Amino acid sequence: MSMKRIGLLMDTSRCLACRACQVACKQWNKLPAEPKESWKTRGSYENPADLSPVTWTRVRFTEYEQHGGGVEWLFRKLQCMQCQDATCLKVCPEKKALYRNQDGLVVLDSAYCTGCGYCTQNCPFEIPRFDAKERRTFKCNMCYDRIANGLIPACAKACPAQAIQFGPRNELIEKAHQRIQALKGKGFPEASLYGENECGGLGVIYILKYGRSKYEGLPADPKVPLSVKLWKDWLKPVGLASFLGGLGFVVFHYVLHGPKIIEKGGD
Amino acid sequence: MTNHWIDLKNSDCIIVMGSNAAENHPMSFRWALRARDERSARIISVDPRFTRTSSLADIYAPLRSGTDIAFIGGMINYCLQNQLYNQEYVVEYTNAGHLISEDFSFSEGLFSGYDQTARKYDNASWAYQLDENGVPLEDKTLQNPHCVFQLLKNHFSRYDVDTVCKITGTPREKFLEVARTFCATGDPRKAGTIMYAMGWTQHTTGTQIIRAFAILQLLLGNIGIAGGGVNALRGEPNVQGSTDYALLFHLLPGYLKVPVDKDTSLQAYLDRCTPVSKDPKSVNYWKNYPKFMISLLKAWYGENATAENEFCFHLLPKASGNYSHMSIFQSMYQGKIKGLFCWGQNPAVSGPNALMEQKALEKLDWLVCTDIFETETSIFWKRPGANPGDIKTEVFLLPAASSSEKEGSISNSGRWAQWRYTCEQPQGEARSDLWIMNSLMLRLKRLYAQDPGPFPDPITRLSWNLGSADKPSAAVVAREINGYDLSSGRLLDNFTQCQDNGTTSCGNWLYSGSYTEAGNLMARRGKDDPTGMGLYPNWSWCWPLNRRIIYNRASCDTQGRPWDPDRAVIWWNEAMQQWEGDVPDYGKKVPPKNNAGAFIMKTEGHARLFGMDLADGPFPEHYEPYESPVDNILSSQQINPCVFLGYNTDLDKKGNQREFPIVATTYRITEHWQSGIETRWQPWLCELMPEMFVELSRELAKEKGISNGDLCTVASARGSIRAVAVVTARFRPFLVDNRVVHQIGLPWCYGYAGLATGDPANILTPNIGDPNTRIPEYKAFLCAIRKGV
Repeated sequence: MSMKRIGLLMDTSRCLACRACQVACKQWNKLPAEPKESWKTRGSYENPADLSPVTWTRVRFTEYEQHGGGVEWLFRKLQCMQCQDATCLKVCPEKKALYRNQDGLVVLDSAYCTGCGYCTQNCPFEIPRFDAKERRTFKCNMCYDRIANGLIPACAKACPAQAIQFGPRNELIEKAHQRIQALKGKGFPEASLYGENECGGLGVIYILKYGRSKYEGLPADPKVPLSVKLWKDWLKPVGLASFLGGLGFVVFHYVLHGPKIIEKGGD
Repeated sequence: MTNHWIDLKNSDCIIVMGSNAAENHPMSFRWALRARDERSARIISVDPRFTRTSSLADIYAPLRSGTDIAFIGGMINYCLQNQLYNQEYVVEYTNAGHLISEDFSFSEGLFSGYDQTARKYDNASWAYQLDENGVPLEDKTLQNPHCVFQLLKNHFSRYDVDTVCKITGTPREKFLEVARTFCATGDPRKAGTIMYAMGWTQHTTGTQIIRAFAILQLLLGNIGIAGGGVNALRGEPNVQGSTDYALLFHLLPGYLKVPVDKDTSLQAYLDRCTPVSKDPKSVNYWKNYPKFMISLLKAWYGENATAENEFCFHLLPKASGNYSHMSIFQSMYQGKIKGLFCWGQNPAVSGPNALMEQKALEKLDWLVCTDIFETETSIFWKRPGANPGDIKTEVFLLPAASSSEKEGSISNSGRWAQWRYTCEQPQGEARSDLWIMNSLMLRLKRLYAQDPGPFPDPITRLSWNLGSADKPSAAVVAREINGYDLSSGRLLDNFTQCQDNGTTSCGNWLYSGSYTEAGNLMARRGKDDPTGMGLYPNWSWCWPLNRRIIYNRASCDTQGRPWDPDRAVIWWNEAMQQWEGDVPDYGKKVPPKNNAGAFIMKTEGHARLFGMDLADGPFPEHYEPYESPVDNILSSQQINPCVFLGYNTDLDKKGNQREFPIVATTYRITEHWQSGIETRWQPWLCELMPEMFVELSRELAKEKGISNGDLCTVASARGSIRAVAVVTARFRPFLVDNRVVHQIGLPWCYGYAGLATGDPANILTPNIGDPNTRIPEYKAFLCAIRKGV
């Protein structure tokens, strides 16, 4: 499958932050706007405030002051990263709800979601979002339905700057390395690739103009949580009963991570 | 645009100034980034604040709002002092060598001929010296002290780097980096382009800002070439078309002039408008003016237009004043205008001094708004603070079809007229603009037939055959625009067939050739690109004559060889004895050795570094905005000496720098369209940009005790608004002549209609405008800011 793996390449050096991707995502996936009460300007262009069951992708705006007084405005679109080593797949108890489809995409079919919340709590990128009213979780599925019908994802289609490119992952990686070399020659010595090896290799890879630490909300070293590894790759295979496994997971997770605190975004 | 969107990819250096293209013309950046990434072009962003465009640029230079001429003047001076211009281009294609009258002078910010009382110039001294045959005198060595080149050099020598940076507040090294980088395109094998928009036009010096950059582009040999030009990014999909079709009060279609009261006969009008050249070499294409005008009259009045009745010339209204936006609203406020059609426009939000404009609407007997949504203008009578019971205006809201619900042409910034079709029928009672206009005119004709009144002829004698009331045809209109040979009934091939004897009709000579016997060329979708330069000659149709890059004769040297063979737009084929490539801006078979002048629309055949037909001077000069926190350090003329100061109702107030020390500017944002009325009904867009905001620097925020996200009050002499603070490092205070000057920025896309509402920024802006165009000065004015409401 790795030969044929498909992906998205996000070239942050081309992103205009026009957010046509955010709108196209809502249009294709028939997602409503966030409730009107939440329409607030929070001292930034960034909006809505966070991902949610009805907002599956969002552009982060980060102001970054360089040495010498110059300012940079960094844009990065966030959505499901399509991990090869996908935590959500490991923890989901319902095989019909979260699965890898024939195109190798990690798909969450919310119709089958039981609302256990494991994927939400363990995703290293904090992507799936739980709808408390519907008791179900939602996330970007890289428009698997479009792809299955020979179309490219809605965000890539809408992007006027070709900052979002869809294609075979190995080709995208090759392209990305060339682009990074070019950026390094044009005054961006820290230009780097994100996603080539993280979490077994992400389906969504980023060309970053600067080091990854400059981008808000981008984990430096994303991993499947150790608790999940112990539970799914170690405890379960050695044959513990699923009940104990579940209990074990909760205990291990709490011991290793403590209670889940989602850090506030914004700048 | 002299060039077109795709052509941006051919550039070596793209300066974005007076526009914020990445945000407001996102698609343009597909091509700008292609130039950056594929041919290592440099992108330069010059803007008072660091924008999304700046984030994609190689160089960002800040400047205080309203100081663009100082900045560009500095670039011109840098180019001249360092001899970075294209010598052959300047000598052969511009009026650099032309000698100007010895009576011409300039001192203390004023050119010769200024009348203080009228605030106007008599431009008699801004004229060429002529030989005994009436042909302009030239000195091709450019040494004569009265030649344009020497006058230009002298004029801009005052724009040295230190003076420029003192005015603009730009860090010296940033200014130099911009000047050095852009002026490197003076190399004949390099191309530099400018993308500008309302950040330039909306100043009391707007026209001259654009002229300043046109002068620089001419010096660098950047006009007519691929990847070059002076490119106005139009603010709406069809605003190019609306200008071509005379949306503006002083024009008739095809940039013909509106008759004025002193045009007592058609001949007098034609004599006034038709330029005469005594230079046998000069093409002087506007000599064909009578052919275009009389063909237009034939299109409008049909068989009623005869030589005997001066082709119905006297049925056209003759202007006796200024009818620009601000003048109309002043007259309305003074009770002189009784009715208004407001068609796809929303002045209650978009007009300057918006409180005055809202108040002016109350003076109307009737108002018709045609739009796809309810606009602030259509509900001005129930706006916040108004008492509907006191307002007597009768308001009609006509629901319009949206762009996908009607057929017709649309002209983009690159002058391409593209045909589009109805993809679904309008909803409910909505109708296309053409349907509404046609029904209106048919009813007017019926009413005038029943009750003629004192002067019915302009209506009754108008030729009007656009189809039935139910089904007017856009194709019929398009064919009328293209024009006919009236003797044969055949459609004209193009405007070269227009006649001045009434045997042809043509609704807009510029568009003649767009719908011929070969069919509707605007509907073409050919993807072939024979030159490989992205000209796509068979995609839609481009005015004039399907020429994709205008002034393209100047893309070749005097021998007809492209300055850059790798970027050839046209070239002279000696064997075939004709020009090849794009449609030449020159006679197809006229050899280069005839030296007929590369700028055939100019009487003298040369592009004008020295322009004699502007209201406010032959060279651009820096003046401070109408409201400015500083004195003009370049001359004792504080503001443009030709600005009309007659807008002075009780609601027109000028702010002083003591009460209102902060410079403000307005802008659009990606997420909302113009006044926002088409986008603030769309929840997906509302959630992206939900509230009125003000951007300010951390330094100013600290001074005023404002935190990010605080609700603030922004006030000018005209009024005050509420806005959420966006405190950002992207705004920095300016050091202007050793003084700290703060600047803030405001989007102008909010109002009281729609789902996401907010105060219109134009409540703050003044009723003052450019003397050539009367475009309001939205982009630089004074205000104050405080925390809380």
